[in-house]
Amino acid sequence: MTLAIETHGLTRRFGDLVAVDHVNLSIPKACVYGFLGPNGSGKSTMIRMLCGLLQPSEGSANVLDTRVPEDSAALLARIGYMTQKFSLYDDLTVWENLDFLYRIYRLPGHDRKRRINEMLKRFWLDDRVNQFAGTLSGGQRQRLALAAASLHEPELMFLDEPTSAVDPESRRQFWEFLFEMVDCGTTILVSTHFMDEAERCHELAILDEGKLVAAGRPDQMKKDLGASVIEVEGEDSRAMRNTLIELDGVLSCAQLGKRLHVLVSPDINDPGQMVRDRLADKGLSAHASRVDASLEDVFVMATMDT
Amino acid sequence: MLSLARIAAVSRKEILHLRRDRLTGGMIAGIPIIMTLLFGYAINQDVRHLPAGYVDLANTTASRALITDAHATQVIDIITDAASSSELEAMLRRGEISVGILIPPDFERRRIRNGQPVAQLLVDGSDPIILSTAKGLVQLPVEGRASRPPGQPSDTFSFRPYYNPERRSVVFIVPGLTGVILTLTMVLFTAIAIVREREHGNLELLITTPVLSIELMIGKILPYIVIGYIQVSLILLLGVYLFNVPINGSLIDFYVAVGFFVTSTLTLGLVISTLASSQFQAFQMTFISFLPQLLLSGYMFPFEGMPRAAQWLAEIFPLTHFLRIVRGILLRGAELAEMWAELWPLLVFFLVMMSLSVLRFRKRLD
Repeated sequence: MTLAIETHGLTRRFGDLVAVDHVNLSIPKACVYGFLGPNGSGKSTMIRMLCGLLQPSEGSANVLDTRVPEDSAALLARIGYMTQKFSLYDDLTVWENLDFLYRIYRLPGHDRKRRINEMLKRFWLDDRVNQFAGTLSGGQRQRLALAAASLHEPELMFLDEPTSAVDPESRRQFWEFLFEMVDCGTTILVSTHFMDEAERCHELAILDEGKLVAAGRPDQMKKDLGASVIEVEGEDSRAMRNTLIELDGVLSCAQLGKRLHVLVSPDINDPGQMVRDRLADKGLSAHASRVDASLEDVFVMATMDT
Repeated sequence: MLSLARIAAVSRKEILHLRRDRLTGGMIAGIPIIMTLLFGYAINQDVRHLPAGYVDLANTTASRALITDAHATQVIDIITDAASSSELEAMLRRGEISVGILIPPDFERRRIRNGQPVAQLLVDGSDPIILSTAKGLVQLPVEGRASRPPGQPSDTFSFRPYYNPERRSVVFIVPGLTGVILTLTMVLFTAIAIVREREHGNLELLITTPVLSIELMIGKILPYIVIGYIQVSLILLLGVYLFNVPINGSLIDFYVAVGFFVTSTLTLGLVISTLASSQFQAFQMTFISFLPQLLLSGYMFPFEGMPRAAQWLAEIFPLTHFLRIVRGILLRGAELAEMWAELWPLLVFFLVMMSLSVLRFRKRLD
């Protein structure tokens, strides 16, 4: 399998803060690879180092068989980058923005109008050609940003929390665009803090406080979760949580609405029974049963020790 | 590889920004027009009937005739007389009169003897126009004065300008204004140009494109060179048609010199742009850099009167050299080649500032 990105001990410090801490990654080509992690976990810093925007403090990275940051200038024409914050020109129209970037990438002049029109159609912006980018809605802006980042048909795209400012419907749409691109052979690296988005990725890396804490295919990660998941439903979920968290063998206890997700150490033989007994001892009536792990459980397990 | 196409793309985009940004657009024409009108009209060029006073310590027929003659020129109006020279000086200082005539007790002896001025003309030099107007009185003839051999000075008055040892006039002010206005506008426009991209987050996108720092810098300043020429032409047109500023030298030479000056001044804006982290900061830095240039360049105060250290500092500024070029070409009719001593410092300034800004603006976020 050919790799799009490979890093060895990639590290970045800002003063005393270690934003990215010795990360080793292998990202295959032609897939959607996700960086999942809370704010400040080092996702953006990782992406910026891989684009050559930030100098690593330590370690090395290979992006599309190019050493970064030493040779990143040569890489710029082959990658696309969609920033977390909208970074196109508010006071230029949709057309003018794409036209500017088309010229900056020095794409063939005779093909300019056709290509921009094609992009506008593909990203449903053909009725917004002369609208200023600053007046677009969140979803439209995001489609424009995606069009801009993929205008020059990059082999690898970096999307830094692309959907954090848009509604769920636009998000769903957005992911369909991403899968279309992957079908055409593009590799997409996307950072997110949404579980449902992470679930859609072909592969996933979970980052926490700058460290890579888990990586793999989402279904495999759920299967390999080192804990049993017990779902508890009852009257007083706060009291149940306080009771269960003190129990030996309980690794974590997260509230999801009226339900509790209790992660229990695999050493316990019948974790469901243990939870039920404990709640009964305390006089709390509840229904507890074993369920399949969700990605959220994977995330909780992965980020627990750090 | 440096790409002309990409430079052109950056310039095209910059022009689009300019068309959308009404404030900057308005400033392109507004600043030169308003400042030229203000500076120009603040100086009344056709001065007559200057208020004047006199002290006649001789009080002879000839001395009284001299005062009457001076009044008859209409250049001055004798409105008062004083008892002593110190009283006359006080009136001048207070602004009651602009010109004072001092006739010494030995007027008659001076009148008959050769070579010496017979009286003094005290002039308020704080207004350059008054100064040059009063100068016309220096050779006013005196009745019954001994004739002197040709080639010897025949001044009636010894000329004593007060408060302004350097003799300036409106023709000094308006051409110099081209430099002052360009220094302000050029630096301001470019200083904001890159900071704005950083503030709006556009820079993060730009630096992941293949555009080179130098392409971005050149593309950014090119449209402003054109704008600089528009501004200079506006000021010159107003100067010539409203204030009768003479153009004694070659306009082509002048426009070439403007190119040197505008380009070097723009790079100062670029450097500010790479230093400032917000548009407001860029504004502040522009004005901080503008004030010393305005004060030390020789535009406001005579260069020769400044302390050594200030002179050295002023030699760095493009404005200092441009003012000398402007006065040389437009007023004294000098050729561009003769101004080489003022051109090369502009070139050096351009190269240093351009390198600084390209070095400072690395295509990185850290």
